[in-house]
Amino acid sequence: MRKVPNNRAWWLVLPVFILVAFSALIPLMTVVNYSVQDIFGPNAAYFVGTDWFREVLRNESLQASLGRQVVFSAAVLLIEIPLGIGIALLMPTGGKRASLCLILLAIPLLIPWNVVGTIWQIFGRGDIGLFGRFLNEIGINYNYTADPVDAWFTVLLMDVWHWTPLVALLCYSGLRAIPQAFYQAAEIDRASRWAVFRYIQLPRLKSVLVIAVLLRFMDSFMIYTEPFVLTGGGPGSSTTFLSQTLTTMAVGQFDIGRAAAFSLVYFLIVLLVSWLFFTAITYPDRDK
Amino acid sequence: MAEIQLKSLAHSYSRHPEGPGDYAIRQMSHTWHKGGAYALLGPSGCGKTTMLNIISGLLAPSEGDVMFDNVRVNELSPKDRNIAQVFQFPVVYDSMTVFDNLAFPLKNAGIPKARIEAKVEEIAAILELEPVLRKKAKGLTADEKQKVSMGRGLVRDDVSAILFDEPLTVIDPQLKWKLRRKLKQIHEQFNITMVYVTHDQLEASTFADKIAVMYDGQIVQFGTPRELFERPNHTFVGFFIGSPGMNLIDVSVTEQGVRFDDIDVPLDDGQKQRIAATGSSNIKLGIRPEFVQLTAAPADDTWPCRILDVEDLGTYKIVTLQLGEQRLKARIDEDQMISGDTLHVGFPRQWLKVYVDEFLVDEQTEEAQS
Amino acid sequence: MTHSKRRGFGITFYILLLLLPIYWLLNMSFKTNQEILSSLTLWPQNFTFHNYAVIFTDPSWYDGYINSMIYVSINVVITLLVSLPAAYAFSRYKFVGDKHLFFWLLSNRMAPPAVFLLPFFQLYSSIGLFDTHIAVALAHCLFNVPLAVWILEGFISGVPREYDEMAYIDGYSFPRFFIKIFIPMIRSGIGVSAFFAFMFSWVELLLARTLTSVDAQPIGAIMTRTVGASGIDWGVLAAAGVLTIIPGLLVVWFVRNHVATGFALGRV
Repeated sequence: MRKVPNNRAWWLVLPVFILVAFSALIPLMTVVNYSVQDIFGPNAAYFVGTDWFREVLRNESLQASLGRQVVFSAAVLLIEIPLGIGIALLMPTGGKRASLCLILLAIPLLIPWNVVGTIWQIFGRGDIGLFGRFLNEIGINYNYTADPVDAWFTVLLMDVWHWTPLVALLCYSGLRAIPQAFYQAAEIDRASRWAVFRYIQLPRLKSVLVIAVLLRFMDSFMIYTEPFVLTGGGPGSSTTFLSQTLTTMAVGQFDIGRAAAFSLVYFLIVLLVSWLFFTAITYPDRDK
Repeated sequence: MAEIQLKSLAHSYSRHPEGPGDYAIRQMSHTWHKGGAYALLGPSGCGKTTMLNIISGLLAPSEGDVMFDNVRVNELSPKDRNIAQVFQFPVVYDSMTVFDNLAFPLKNAGIPKARIEAKVEEIAAILELEPVLRKKAKGLTADEKQKVSMGRGLVRDDVSAILFDEPLTVIDPQLKWKLRRKLKQIHEQFNITMVYVTHDQLEASTFADKIAVMYDGQIVQFGTPRELFERPNHTFVGFFIGSPGMNLIDVSVTEQGVRFDDIDVPLDDGQKQRIAATGSSNIKLGIRPEFVQLTAAPADDTWPCRILDVEDLGTYKIVTLQLGEQRLKARIDEDQMISGDTLHVGFPRQWLKVYVDEFLVDEQTEEAQS
Repeated sequence: MTHSKRRGFGITFYILLLLLPIYWLLNMSFKTNQEILSSLTLWPQNFTFHNYAVIFTDPSWYDGYINSMIYVSINVVITLLVSLPAAYAFSRYKFVGDKHLFFWLLSNRMAPPAVFLLPFFQLYSSIGLFDTHIAVALAHCLFNVPLAVWILEGFISGVPREYDEMAYIDGYSFPRFFIKIFIPMIRSGIGVSAFFAFMFSWVELLLARTLTSVDAQPIGAIMTRTVGASGIDWGVLAAAGVLTIIPGLLVVWFVRNHVATGFALGRV
């Protein structure tokens, strides 16, 4: 798109700028301010420089929580992206049945996150939950409140249930945007189903996949409410992810300086990894 | 290579067609002979693309059979029919290089690597794609993309036929001419059956040995460009081929033949009989502007008419005339001078065609003609 | 066509699995607590509306829904009002700092809400907005506005500039052109932005809970009340959960025709 230089366009973005500055810049400044001070009370704060940052980076429970977070987000991406693509390929291509599919698929996305936690909390219970009861009936010893592996499995399953539809919907709209002529040409060229997927569908899904990967990475990396309701981070701290650790530190223990330093590191990690994903996926596009 | 035969073929896009209006292709039979270069000519929406897709197998006909060398192939996919098709708008596989694009149909058929390479190089040379062979197809111009698209059809020399669906629509005129020559050349070289869909008569006649003119879901005439010009089988062919199209005049039946305004045109007995047999009152006379004779002085069998307009098109002139109620066009040589506002017009009998219900009723019997 | 049948079977199977946990919640919401705890029944044996009656007769319950609806609506309206002109500016004009501003906006979508809990609490307390609907709506703008600007920018860039110029030639003033001509053209973009704004605001709880205490408390926070001295009131919890799904269903019903094209976010 041809763009016209016009600095008065600032007037159009000013409301957004003010709003987001108010909601982001001021709080962020507060966080930065806290992160370099040790606060004992309303008027008792000392400048400590980068002490909090150094401590946060060495803190073992934070490192463990970061480790869990990375494994969780990686698992989420590895499962949900291929599964979402697969489901999009299975969906009807048009008509009433496609509309119905879209509506049903979108339901999990529109359920408040605490209710998502509640649904799986109930569904997975060995006594009153269909899923937990079913597993126990067929002889699998399953209890997500006691066994860390079961807890992990349930949290992961919940996230897959919750968010795969988003990937599927994005991919579905990407697939609908492929002109019929491409499929016809492939048929004429005697392409196998795999070749159609590999050389026609996948390349044309790239832009929606960038969105899907970024959104899924960001939101899984920031996950808080669902596992908090489902397992409370337990058993032990086996399903305690970064946001929960941070919230406990800031609100529960009121350990503000450390929490602030941690917040900034956390934010930077999300930014950095998002940028890496974006660059990695779009890099091959640049013709050498 | 194969002979492609369409037997009582008809196609409707609606599942329960009611009446002929619902048919994209009305019932028809037609044969494309082995190794021929054919054009399928007609206006937009006449069913050309539908027919092409039925031949290639992208579309299953609602009625009738498609035969390749006398074997029914209705149920076979394009893959099994081994047919190549080039589409109106370029379809390239963005993520592949030009080379891989051209090699794609061959790779899918499991052809050995060395042969693929040789074949791709050969076609790339013909289409002048060598400079971009290693580039990603995504960054190509529209022209180049369409050449790649065509190339994918041409690399396969074992195919039953290659079908072209208005392949030069997006190409600019200069290159168009060149590519048309290339196609002709390739046809002469490999002798593959080719069917070329177009709505451009010039394109059709430079490419094809024989042209099928399609109108309203039917092939109304199949013949050489010359036959289409000199002896249009259907008023539509007369109107569509030639520029400007044939003059068509509504006439009524008389004892000797037909009549319009106060002009009588005698017909032979055979024609009169056949007109009477149809019982139709939809009768037209047709004469091409090229065959209308204009003289300054009156003679036998000429009628005076008024000049409405003279268009000078450089190498020839188009004269618009008012003859009684009729408006006629005549095409005359550049050097023939026109003066005054009245001329005398004559219709050479051999070029004056009679159409009943839009179809030609000839002097000779139809058997003798074809 | 065995292939398409297999596909149909696959997608049906997946959707059934997807709906199973929701069915279980629905099933439970029509049971008495006694039935829930005593035996596992696949459908309610003693069908009851009691759990819903509890919610609809108690203002402290249904106020939660009203509060959530209010701040979500405010958020959607604010998001669209500020994002539309900004997206237009980013799509059509070059101006000082445009790229930096755009990326800075997007980077806010990547900020973990947990990071902002404490500063938000302090900020809104200090300006007297704590426990108001507007506070939650403004806080949710943090991640909804960047997303909306980005989505709308994609859709607006899909509309050729010639339309804008044509309108000027035809003597339209900018606001009139924007409302009369431009907005109808990017309808599905607006629909999808509103959908996403609704979705992320409706489902979020961490910020909403932190910024409210009584007057603007979201339903999600109220649901924790079902944990009482005598254990969890499963039936009412399930009914409350079911009721939170309904607004989402209504919204997706309204945008269903835009989903296929809109979810590509104007970027395919």
